[in-house]
Amino acid sequence: MTATSGGAGSPHLHQPASVALVMRQVLMAIIPMLVVMFYCYGPGVILQWLWALLVAHACEALLLRWRGLPLQPHLSDGSAAVTATIFALAMPPWAPWWLTVMGLVFALALVKHAYGGLGHNLFNPAMAGYVFLLLCFPVAMKAWAPIDAGHTAPGWIESLIRFVGGAPSPVDGYSGATVLEYTRTQLRAMKMMSEIGSQPIYGLLGDRNAQWVNVAAFVGGLWLLRIGVIRWQIPAALLSALFIIATVFHLADGDRYAPPLLHLFSGATMLGAFFVATDPVSAPGTQRGRLLFGIAVGLLIYLIRTFGNYPDGVAFAVLIMNGAAPFIERHTQPRILGARS
Amino acid sequence: MTLPQHAWGGGVRVPRHKNLSNTGASRVPPLPARLIYPLRSHIGTAARPIIKPGDRVLRGQCLAQPDTYVSQALHAATSGVVRDIGDFPVAPGDITATCIVIEVDGEGRSVDPWPPLSADADGDAIQRRLVEAGVIGMGGAGFPSHVKVREGLTRTVQTLIINGVECEPYITCDDRLMREHATGIVAGARWLKRAVNAGECFIAVEEDMPEALAALQSHAGEDVTVGSVPAIYPAGGEKQLIKMLTGREVPSKGLPIQAGVLMHNVATAQAVYQAVVEGRPLMSRYVTVTGSVQQPGNWQALLGTPVSHLLQQSGWGGYGKQQVIMGGPMMGMALSHLEVPVTKVTNCLLVQEAARVSMMSMPCIRCGECLRVCPVQLNARALYEYARAGDLDAAQDLHLFDCIECGACAYVCPSHIPLVSYYRQAKAGIAATERRQQTAAENRRRYERHEQRLAADQTAPETAESASPAGTMDKEAMRAEITAAVERVRAKRAANEPPDPTNGGESGAA
Repeated sequence: MTATSGGAGSPHLHQPASVALVMRQVLMAIIPMLVVMFYCYGPGVILQWLWALLVAHACEALLLRWRGLPLQPHLSDGSAAVTATIFALAMPPWAPWWLTVMGLVFALALVKHAYGGLGHNLFNPAMAGYVFLLLCFPVAMKAWAPIDAGHTAPGWIESLIRFVGGAPSPVDGYSGATVLEYTRTQLRAMKMMSEIGSQPIYGLLGDRNAQWVNVAAFVGGLWLLRIGVIRWQIPAALLSALFIIATVFHLADGDRYAPPLLHLFSGATMLGAFFVATDPVSAPGTQRGRLLFGIAVGLLIYLIRTFGNYPDGVAFAVLIMNGAAPFIERHTQPRILGARS
Repeated sequence: MTLPQHAWGGGVRVPRHKNLSNTGASRVPPLPARLIYPLRSHIGTAARPIIKPGDRVLRGQCLAQPDTYVSQALHAATSGVVRDIGDFPVAPGDITATCIVIEVDGEGRSVDPWPPLSADADGDAIQRRLVEAGVIGMGGAGFPSHVKVREGLTRTVQTLIINGVECEPYITCDDRLMREHATGIVAGARWLKRAVNAGECFIAVEEDMPEALAALQSHAGEDVTVGSVPAIYPAGGEKQLIKMLTGREVPSKGLPIQAGVLMHNVATAQAVYQAVVEGRPLMSRYVTVTGSVQQPGNWQALLGTPVSHLLQQSGWGGYGKQQVIMGGPMMGMALSHLEVPVTKVTNCLLVQEAARVSMMSMPCIRCGECLRVCPVQLNARALYEYARAGDLDAAQDLHLFDCIECGACAYVCPSHIPLVSYYRQAKAGIAATERRQQTAAENRRRYERHEQRLAADQTAPETAESASPAGTMDKEAMRAEITAAVERVRAKRAANEPPDPTNGGESGAA
């Protein structure tokens, strides 16, 4: 069954939206986050990002060729760029180059194109690629921020050396735990929140560095909401659920459970809430479905962070719920106008 | 008094483009050389011509009459000679249909108007007048108005809605009509309200039609409430407007009367007024000609006027790679032939650039915007997937036939997928399957009867013997009955006649 585009059938009017425009707007909304990360973690962030863009487009072009699809318009739809960017933001800034290659090839070849390409993937490709690396190369994936305020981020030369694998990682002082991991380790060592909360790694809201990254993601996300690229249901449900469950535990035992703001403004919370969980391809499309999906992701993030084996649970929580999205959508269909209730 | 506002889900704000055509007064175009009347431009069966080629006809003279209940009459809009009754292109698409063609003589001679109905005329009288005047729904569907009035006579009408919510972009014919003929519209609404004994009557316009609203309000009163609704497309959709104004929903696959509502377009109300009070049949309507033409605006076009005539009058030379859309940009049809006539449902001619090749569709990214804007709350995306995969049963389970083809989903689709075309094809596919199944069932029945007859013929010799005496007996009994009846009549006649001694003996003997 085919249908002619545009000319023959109504409507003959179209709003100025396109897949490429949507993807461009998402990329623009990420820019504040990229800038803050560059400021906090140094040029490694930019290196990772540019490398990811290059790898993703090369990989996408190759896959399109193999599938016999035209490069134009598919390569320029911006979807590979969005996947690459979100993936790069999730990666530790001092990860070696081959990690990115492995992660993105997995994301684009197996998670995206093997399932039918744009619009057909069950899981979010960037998160799937990230989790793949986290499971297979846990040590290399810890090449994160300096743990105390005494160190400044490394410069271009040093970042480049680490990027090509010239320095073994991790190295004390430069790479180490994020605040989520630090908190988790300390709490499990029977320390109390009131003891560790005064460490310099903590900032006003969460992680000393990651809090500003989260604020930037939040601002970019609000802009996406405003221009209608994403809708409010998933971020609102996710953040509310995370906030509420964290508050409940924290109020019940403030010394054993981290405060809710720490959860909201650390790790990948805001990136996940506005840029990952809202990925339309792998989330439900119904409004009630999106609320349920967001609530479930928010709760899972908390549970994995607090009781699981990984310091941050965003990627896992999103992937788990991606698998449930078709089911949720099927069972949250709205009542149609005029249907018997 | 303001109108009730109950929200309906979905809808989308679309650019209006109304100022292009609604700022100037409507104009009367010069007479075209000929007028073309399709016998069927409404819902129902075709009208039957009652004139023949060569006949001279006058303005207002009936050309074709309805043969069935759901049909309409056609009237000449000016005087002339019937040139032809044959197949001509009509909108939409490439189809041709039987039309009456009248060559205009330019004399404008007219038949006498009917006398106005008396103020106490009942619903039946009003209904008869609407049949006579050929009034049908002028909002787009073209449903004969008398059928709706009849529905209202037999069932309770809580709410009568006169729909002036012209929600499609570019179209302003109802807007201009309301500004220029508010008297007739409100009077027509009152006649309709009385005809069906409606509990309340609402006239609704869109919030950005302040002039039309003011014009109508100056004629409204206790019995007719005029107000506006938010300009969210498709606010003027029948089911959406009913939900908005009454909070009630028309059942899926049902009619408005099942929600206690009758709805008529404002132009229909005006036509009712003309038929009932001015004694004139429906012969002209307002048509918006807009888009890439030199003088966009509204025309008081005679029914049957070729589209090309109105386009020429609006200063369009037919240049470039443009297309002419009959109807609005959201639901209208691109014309492939410009000699098609204006009919009772033609509201707009929109000239715009033909769709660009770059509007190629991309894969669905499941953004869900189509679900959000669907005014029926359908899962437009799943419907598209099923329609594309040819899984028509699944599409039907997702209420494909509740789709009103408003085009809101395709309007917002970032992948530029022609969603409505997929839905139309799926609907057509299901209809074709049902027709095939009906034909198959009929053929099967016919075959079974045939088999039964064959079987009956084989056993015929035995049954023939037993049947034939019965047959003869029947014949004899019948003959006896006829004779007896003749006798009874004769006896009766004899009894009524004055006593006659000469005949008495004969009668007695008989």
